[in-house]
Amino acid sequence: MKVLVPVKRVIDYNVKVRVKADQTGVELANVKMSMNPFDEISVEAALRMKEAGQASEVVAVSLGVQQCQETIRTALAMGADRGIHVLHDGELEPLAVAKMLKAIVDKEEPGLVILGKQAIDDDCNQTGQMLAALLGWAQGTFISRLEVGDGELKATREVDGGLETVALKTPAIVTTDLRLNEPRYASLPNIMKAKKKPIDQMSPADLGVDPAPRLETLKVVEPDKREAGVIVADVTELVDKLRNEAKVI
Amino acid sequence: MALDQETLNQLLETVRRYVDERLIPLEEEVARNDAIPDEVSAEMRELGLYGLSIPEEYGGLGLTLEEECLTMFELGRTSPVFRSLIGTNVGIGSQGIVIDGTEEQKQRYLPELASGELVGSFCLTEPDAGSDAVSVRTSAKRDGNGYVLNGTKRFITNSIKAGVLTVMARTDPDNKGSGGVSSFLVDAKSDGITVGPPYQKMGQQGSHVADIFFEDVKVPADAIIGGVEGQGFKTAMKVLERGRVHLSSVCVGLSERLILEAVSYASERKQFGEPIAGFQLIQAMLADSRTESYAARCMTLDAARKYDAGEKVPMEAACCKYYASEMVGRVADRAVQIHGGAGYVSDYPVERFYRDVRLFRIYEGTSQIQQLVIAKNMLRQYAATQ
Ligand SMILES: Cc1cc2nc3c(=O)[nH]c(=O)nc-3n(C[C@H](O)[C@H](O)[C@H](O)COP(=O)(O)OP(=O)(O)OC[C@H]3O[C@@H](n4cnc5c(N)ncnc54)[C@H](O)[C@@H]3O)c2cc1C
Repeated sequence: MKVLVPVKRVIDYNVKVRVKADQTGVELANVKMSMNPFDEISVEAALRMKEAGQASEVVAVSLGVQQCQETIRTALAMGADRGIHVLHDGELEPLAVAKMLKAIVDKEEPGLVILGKQAIDDDCNQTGQMLAALLGWAQGTFISRLEVGDGELKATREVDGGLETVALKTPAIVTTDLRLNEPRYASLPNIMKAKKKPIDQMSPADLGVDPAPRLETLKVVEPDKREAGVIVADVTELVDKLRNEAKVI
Repeated sequence: MALDQETLNQLLETVRRYVDERLIPLEEEVARNDAIPDEVSAEMRELGLYGLSIPEEYGGLGLTLEEECLTMFELGRTSPVFRSLIGTNVGIGSQGIVIDGTEEQKQRYLPELASGELVGSFCLTEPDAGSDAVSVRTSAKRDGNGYVLNGTKRFITNSIKAGVLTVMARTDPDNKGSGGVSSFLVDAKSDGITVGPPYQKMGQQGSHVADIFFEDVKVPADAIIGGVEGQGFKTAMKVLERGRVHLSSVCVGLSERLILEAVSYASERKQFGEPIAGFQLIQAMLADSRTESYAARCMTLDAARKYDAGEKVPMEAACCKYYASEMVGRVADRAVQIHGGAGYVSDYPVERFYRDVRLFRIYEGTSQIQQLVIAKNMLRQYAATQ
């Protein structure tokens, strides 16, 4: 079975994100970018399937600016077989991404699409679910365990109450959570070999999708500064403050 | 083959991440146990770090010296024992073969050295031949089709793990100079070889150095690097020329780490009601460290680029090794000073680094020997113009 893994280029998780002075968005100039950490987990999951003989090919897809090719190269260096890059310079919302992924899925016919549960930049947590709806496929979201059977997957989901295991008929969509695996480091020889693996480039128009945003961002602001806490002497004082100052009990 | 910028960036980024996420958190444990966990050496093999300098056709990465130095700037930011683990395969333990080996020797040893299955050590120093390396006494006597080796090699890095030894031995007892020395590739498991216990060292716990004793060790004639007698000292000097630039980059990497430790401590630690980083005397120490570290970085890259362009750089390599090793000593000293009492106790890594960096001024040629090499080259160059 072929496995498709969408990978998003986001601000590196170590970077302290700063809002632009004009409040139109966050500062991206000279900021280190890397693969969305959840997507690394997805790539790792796909590679483990391939190594276990459960996947025949791992295809990494990224949508966005030219530099998304670097993100695809990271996936290729980790071990993915080839890449697809949909070049688009403007903003991309989850629905546009899901529509373009659907067009790619229609063409590539993978048995499984593994997405991160969300991207750490906008934290939308929508693309996987939208893609499942557009395709009419089964979905298992926030998975911490994946068992691959014949024509069926068992996906363990991290839900509020604990763990829920669902059986999915393939083809299917899963979205990965943090505890699914620990992604590997691309080895240095594989980083060098990744240069020789193919990346197909296309445009949203090639996929018949209009990527224009449906939402308008009014402004982006820094979260309020957290104020210093107070240390209370004992439980009585705590209860008193909760009741009379915070008025929450 | 030089890498394109994107691939190089990705390679450096991967090493940076590995250092930050894996190695830095392990530093203290490695020092305490005087051992690098097996799983870490396995990971380093997996990553391909043993093969940085070995040509691609023999299974390595074939990095240029400049690329190797850029990689070492990254790996240098953690305990130098991790570098030391791969250091002999990347440098002195493999380069004799890469630079002067025959095709058979390359095919036989380089792929396993590149993957890290085989560890290589470089055996030049002896009890009575340290700085005066030309005076090696280990003898290699002709015996039928091969040679018989006798002698002692001192302070050999990674000798405990080594599978193949590059051994400098005197093949011509009548020639007491460098022309009487040949380099041999010796299987470390050969009969007659014993490795002494590891020395207790001032620093760099986790990396091991021990003596090697050769007693009637038989080696075949084709064990001579390049197949020709009398070239051994030349080979050793070529290996050290490259190795000195490599070591300089390790010193630069570690100095950058020390500076980071110093800046972050100075920014946190308050005295007289403000962070000590606000005091100009502290700032002077930080600025001196930054300036010298930057200078060493530039020198190292310049020498590496010249080397890659095919120039001979014995003088530049000595300048780099001399300056970078002395520089990191000063930077470590200032880092301890900026930490005050906290720098003298082992709760902070600068205390450990202070001891670790002392070695850089001693091995692969002491600072005094570098000064001699630099001056000798200067005078030779001047004489050539007269
Ligand atoms: C941890 C460690 C790892 C090592 N690893 C290796 C290895 O893998 N392979 C290997 O072959 N060797 C290795 N060595 C040996 C190292 O290269 C030597 O210790 C070094 O070259 C100095 O030699 P020495 O110790 O005999 O000092 P000496 O040569 O006795 O020097 C003593 C002092 O005299 C000075 N001096 C000597 N000659 C002169 C001169 N002409 N002018 C001015 N000053 C002079 C020196 O600079 C030094 O200050 C290692 C050493 C250590 C400590």
